[in-house]
Amino acid sequence: MGLSLAVEELGVPTVPVHTHVFNRLVKATALAGGVPTLRNRFVPQPVVGASIETLRGYIEGTDPVHQEPFMKGVIDALTQPLTDEDLKGASFDREIPALLEPDSEDNLQALFRQNRWTDMMPVVLPTEERVEAMLKGTSVPRDKVVGYMRPTVFREAWEFNVEKVAVNAVMAGAAPEHLPVILAMTSLGITARSSSTTSFAAISMVNGPIRKEIGMNDGIGAMGPYNHANTAIGRGFGLTCQNVQGGSVPDETYMGSVGNWLAYSACFPEAEERSPWEPFHVTEGYDKDQSTVSVFFGGWYTQSGYGPRETWENKFRRCLSALEQYVPPFIVMDPLVARGFEEMGFTKQKLKEWCAENSRLKARDYWDDMAIQTLVKPHAEAGVEPFATRLKADPDEEIQIFEPDEINIAVTGGETQANFKMFAGRFSRGTGGGAARRRSIAVIDEWR
Amino acid sequence: MAEKFAVHDPRGFPPKVVGKRLAPRLETLDGKVVYLVDCLFDNSENFMEQLRQWFAENMPKVITKTIKPRESWVEDPEMCHAIARDGDAAILGVGL
Repeated sequence: MGLSLAVEELGVPTVPVHTHVFNRLVKATALAGGVPTLRNRFVPQPVVGASIETLRGYIEGTDPVHQEPFMKGVIDALTQPLTDEDLKGASFDREIPALLEPDSEDNLQALFRQNRWTDMMPVVLPTEERVEAMLKGTSVPRDKVVGYMRPTVFREAWEFNVEKVAVNAVMAGAAPEHLPVILAMTSLGITARSSSTTSFAAISMVNGPIRKEIGMNDGIGAMGPYNHANTAIGRGFGLTCQNVQGGSVPDETYMGSVGNWLAYSACFPEAEERSPWEPFHVTEGYDKDQSTVSVFFGGWYTQSGYGPRETWENKFRRCLSALEQYVPPFIVMDPLVARGFEEMGFTKQKLKEWCAENSRLKARDYWDDMAIQTLVKPHAEAGVEPFATRLKADPDEEIQIFEPDEINIAVTGGETQANFKMFAGRFSRGTGGGAARRRSIAVIDEWR
Repeated sequence: MAEKFAVHDPRGFPPKVVGKRLAPRLETLDGKVVYLVDCLFDNSENFMEQLRQWFAENMPKVITKTIKPRESWVEDPEMCHAIARDGDAAILGVGL
């Protein structure tokens, strides 16, 4: 819709066409864009995967929102004179009060739930006293702007400050010493509540001395609900994102078709002391005495296995080829697995290179994917490598689908099983285009 | 009577909305250049091709041109200015 608004501003009438399930989102986006009467038209869902005959049927059929012939609506939208409402536009401020009207605990819990300011579980009410106590966890002024957050690239970005993060940290049940981690995470501007139809989540990992200082768990159940800091930081990140960005409401600001359980809380520390390799943040160029948090955007898939056993290469190849090819893997392994690879002579970099070299699909299978078609193919057609080479491949040719720098490896776990997981987790160094524009790692110490 | 609490609003700060006007509409599409903007979403290329064929068969006096932005879901001022320079109207889709 942003393109449509830009073209209208240049004096050319437009009709943005959407599928009908996005009616509410489209209205909200047009209102926030200052053009509530933008002349959108709708065809039935889905367009993705629809045959040529079905698409032609949509064009010759009825707009399911306006209940009129689709093409009549399109032509009218371009030719019917503007009304007084069209000419007015809409300018307005949306004031967010610092404090809500005082009420009972039960009523406030109900209000927060009704307003969808929670994850549908009870929250700790952010009273003035609790927020003041939380703010003692940082020396950064409460009114300092932390950043901007939005549910997706085409929505407006909302600003938020230290106090707003503290409010949401209270709600999540976090302690003041957890606040710098949540501030650092949110400063990246990567939302844990993406509105994407594909149901993203954000997985975060803490490195450096703060892990021990605040009692995070990198042992048994590091990725489960068994530690206050791990859980509260992950939950605090999610609640902050959904509230400071202006919501994560199904059918309005959240469109994930199947949703994602990782959105409740997904934060863990790396087991640096028990890993045979250098810590993740050191690999990324930070000092081992710095504390950092990294946000891996994805959460679409999980592959799991054991090893490295005798047939580990076959297992890894099967896992890698089974991954959804748009989001690269974040491989998290128990120290037993990492040590096994280290004993076989693998450095982290060598293992990343092996994984990239062995992440292969037939070109036909690679390109037959919604996300690849929508987000990667335009780059390939524009000549951007390595996508352009992948596009030139014969459909039956096996192509490499991930690059070594896209694959990340970390170590955590309690050594009760030599278990590894591969999660969808895009990590960006802020040097690429598209989803790779933002950095995915922040220094926590700047928020202490 | 239950004790009452004053609590913080957890929401961030939305930007001010600045109203914008729609562009003037055309009296007719006959003889006009209508850009069909393929927004790059999966299968929108086929949708736009069917739309082009519909115009050719049902409103042959409309001149259609197909165009694509350089990337999905990002601003493309160059494309927008090309439409404004060479076109009279635009249909954009399919944006989900």
